[in-house]
Amino acid sequence: MATVTTSKKACAVNPLKMSQPIGAALAFLGLDKCMPLLHGSQGCTAFGLVLFVRHFRETIPLQTTAMNEVTTILGGMDNIEQAIVNIYNRAQPDIIGICSTGLTETKGDDVDGFLKLIRRKHPELADTALVYVPTPDYLGAFQDGWAKAVTAMVETVCEPAPKTCWQVNILPGCHLSVADIEELREIVESFGLLPIVAPDLSGSLDGHIPETFLPTTLGGTKVSQIKQMGGSAMTLAIGEQMRPAAEALEAKTGVPYRLFDRLTGLAANDALLDFLSELSGTPVPTKYRRQRSQLVDAMLDGHFFFGGKKVAVGAEPDLLWQIGSWLAEMGCEIEAAVTTTHSPLLEKMPAAEVLIGDLEDLENRAAGCDLLVTHSHGRQAAARLDIPFVRMGLPLFDRLGAAHKLSIGYRGTRDLVFEIGNLFIDHLPEHHPDSWPLTREPAGERHAQADTCH
Amino acid sequence: MGALKEKIIRVMEEPACPTNQGKSDKERKKGCGKQLTPGAAAGGCAFDGAKIALQPIVDVAHLVHGPIACEGNAWDNRHAASSGPKLYRTGFTTDIGELDVIYGAEKRLFKAIREIIEKYDPPAVFVYQTCVTALIGDDIEVVCKRAAEKFGKPVIPVNAPGFAGSKNLGNKLGGEALLDYVIGTEEPEFTTPCDINIYGEYNLAGELWQVTPLLEHLGIRILANISGDARYHDVACAHRARIGMMVCSRALVNLARKMEERYAIPWFEGSFYGIGDTSESLRKIAQMLVERGAPADLPARTGALIAREEARAWARLEPYKQRLQGKRVLLFTGGVKSWSVVSALQEVGMVITGTSTKKSTAEDKTRIKEIMGDDAHMFDELPPREMYRILKDAQADIMLSGGRSQFVALKAKTPWLDINQERHHAYAGYEGMVELVKQIDKAIYNPIWEQVRRSAPWELNGEE
Repeated sequence: MATVTTSKKACAVNPLKMSQPIGAALAFLGLDKCMPLLHGSQGCTAFGLVLFVRHFRETIPLQTTAMNEVTTILGGMDNIEQAIVNIYNRAQPDIIGICSTGLTETKGDDVDGFLKLIRRKHPELADTALVYVPTPDYLGAFQDGWAKAVTAMVETVCEPAPKTCWQVNILPGCHLSVADIEELREIVESFGLLPIVAPDLSGSLDGHIPETFLPTTLGGTKVSQIKQMGGSAMTLAIGEQMRPAAEALEAKTGVPYRLFDRLTGLAANDALLDFLSELSGTPVPTKYRRQRSQLVDAMLDGHFFFGGKKVAVGAEPDLLWQIGSWLAEMGCEIEAAVTTTHSPLLEKMPAAEVLIGDLEDLENRAAGCDLLVTHSHGRQAAARLDIPFVRMGLPLFDRLGAAHKLSIGYRGTRDLVFEIGNLFIDHLPEHHPDSWPLTREPAGERHAQADTCH
Repeated sequence: MGALKEKIIRVMEEPACPTNQGKSDKERKKGCGKQLTPGAAAGGCAFDGAKIALQPIVDVAHLVHGPIACEGNAWDNRHAASSGPKLYRTGFTTDIGELDVIYGAEKRLFKAIREIIEKYDPPAVFVYQTCVTALIGDDIEVVCKRAAEKFGKPVIPVNAPGFAGSKNLGNKLGGEALLDYVIGTEEPEFTTPCDINIYGEYNLAGELWQVTPLLEHLGIRILANISGDARYHDVACAHRARIGMMVCSRALVNLARKMEERYAIPWFEGSFYGIGDTSESLRKIAQMLVERGAPADLPARTGALIAREEARAWARLEPYKQRLQGKRVLLFTGGVKSWSVVSALQEVGMVITGTSTKKSTAEDKTRIKEIMGDDAHMFDELPPREMYRILKDAQADIMLSGGRSQFVALKAKTPWLDINQERHHAYAGYEGMVELVKQIDKAIYNPIWEQVRRSAPWELNGEE
């Protein structure tokens, strides 16, 4: 149980947090033939674009309504209309995901109203889904933007449908990588179930070589698939952030949901596989029984190196929960936990304190720790502290294969045991003749001893 | 905002800008920001531009006053190198919340400046305005002034909110902030008759250091490089230089011109990209310095250095000539840099099949034609789909561009080299040109190309 505190500083130093609109944009990037559109100044889009390009090493479709001072004050109706029409003419997307920004929220643009007018004026857009999500930069964080976008998708696109007992929905949080989504899909399919994953970054940003070059996303969840989600037997929501989306889906279509707050660790995956087995009426496949056994063995081999290690973690709430809980299960002590935004999970963290703060706070608390875990921006702190550093989260701009880093399932957990355990092994203390000096005796005692020698 | 508007108009009417020189008075009044097309725009905002221009000043704290997006989504994303202080790589932002938007965030800004000074004690704090804080009416000039008085330290307002315009405008507004608040506020410990300023060199990947040994050898001192690897004190003393050299697509042309207007520092536009351009720039520096009182033998010594370094560079390029003869380059980059490297690539036998002229002036275009002949394609705009087709049809052996089009080339299985600001290699001076050719050779002759272009054995078509 942790005390949750919020940094009182006026100045954030070395931000851990990123903003809502680009979290929402990333969710839209997991849909097929989609164009995310930030309603703001062109810089909002440019920064997000560069960030994702560096992380995924892929072309990123992301557009802007290109607001300037005058259009902001007059209201953004014309810009949104022009942007949608231009995107439609140039790219013919199936879906346009519109995310507001701090600028247009400060002005107070009524985008829902604008969209109604635009729909009336442009019948040619009838087959293009327009999903709007309000995401002011000055509220919440990246994870919140993602969650709100998925909720908006579900609310705008999903429809009630007759149920198919082998079809299940997967709503992954933004802390799942491309590899994590692929792993989860494979696990669910192995029970004879047919998953619809939304958003599905493993279809769009997995680094495949496309046959052609389109200005929209290539791959990901199709709009038609989102529509069909109402016909599933069950929704698996991964991460606490996905609860509102799962609830919205249930309210709209009657599909019940089960939330898995994390998928790293032995017990967490036991719960998932047990649930899938029960849902499908199929025993857990041999493959996963084998993998479970491998994970147990890895934990046995690895626990020597994890036990008692002091760890500092900086991550968005769901990732912090996933990785922090698992490190604690391996015997580590969470010496410092810093996050970006509120979540009901924070006070359950196995740490004394969870701070909503920045990487300066994390660095200050991480002095003397054995491991630092955060996204690539932690590299300067790790270098200054001179402690082992594991990059996790987004952005990972100084590593290849960020999208393909697997950390869920028995297999992903097993590999994490090896990766982090090996780092601890690299930093095992070396001993010297003077490693164990005798403690000095108190002065009085020494005097007395000297006397008896005489 | 009134003052900012006036400033923007003045910057847009910049008389030293060659594009402006070609315009009528009426056109000039309209300003130079191309109207952006919603839904079809690309590129950074004015805030981004100001930050690019000023963040390479390495010992000051750069504080972004705005919501988390402006700094949180973007910090530590360039490779401007420092020879010492690292404070410029620390991200500072007021990270304003909803209550700040409602009640104003000036107090938060003031406190943030205090926290930075107490914790990091930098020689100065630069405060960057952003859209939201501009819209709610936070007056950063006033806050900076009060903070400077209270803490006895320069606190510099950089008033270039994103919605003011493009990245290029932001570069210039960054320059204006230096003119208004920094340059001329301190004095150098000593001066020499060979002190120069460089405007618009950001020391990306450390490439300034490919040039400084040449200048040092000639006894020329860079008093202020604005802004790569600069210290606040250097910039504050820039008014004591004898001459100025402007590089990088005229991003800071207003700064160069006003330094002449205010402090009688003559300047020229030059480039350290390309062997010929480097030599020409060195000659020009020497000649201008002599006119301002430098030793009369400077041009002769410069000539000797150029002869030696050019010969050495060409000798090092010689082995590549045979390997790169006839290789076709698609060159996509902003403005001046294009023709700066063209001659060197041609010298090793490469053929430029096409180049972008999006950011080039009419003058640039004439020069590109002169250098490349009429055969070369000049593209004002090349949509990714079209670019992909050209590369897929194997109309080029390598593409040189910025990161934005990187994956178009790679997905078309075409060698690609980064020549924009995100790059990790330094391409300035003689050393840099040898490095560029070496990197091109490395890219083209990597053994992966043959492997990745081959289809899987079960695919019928065989070779793609």
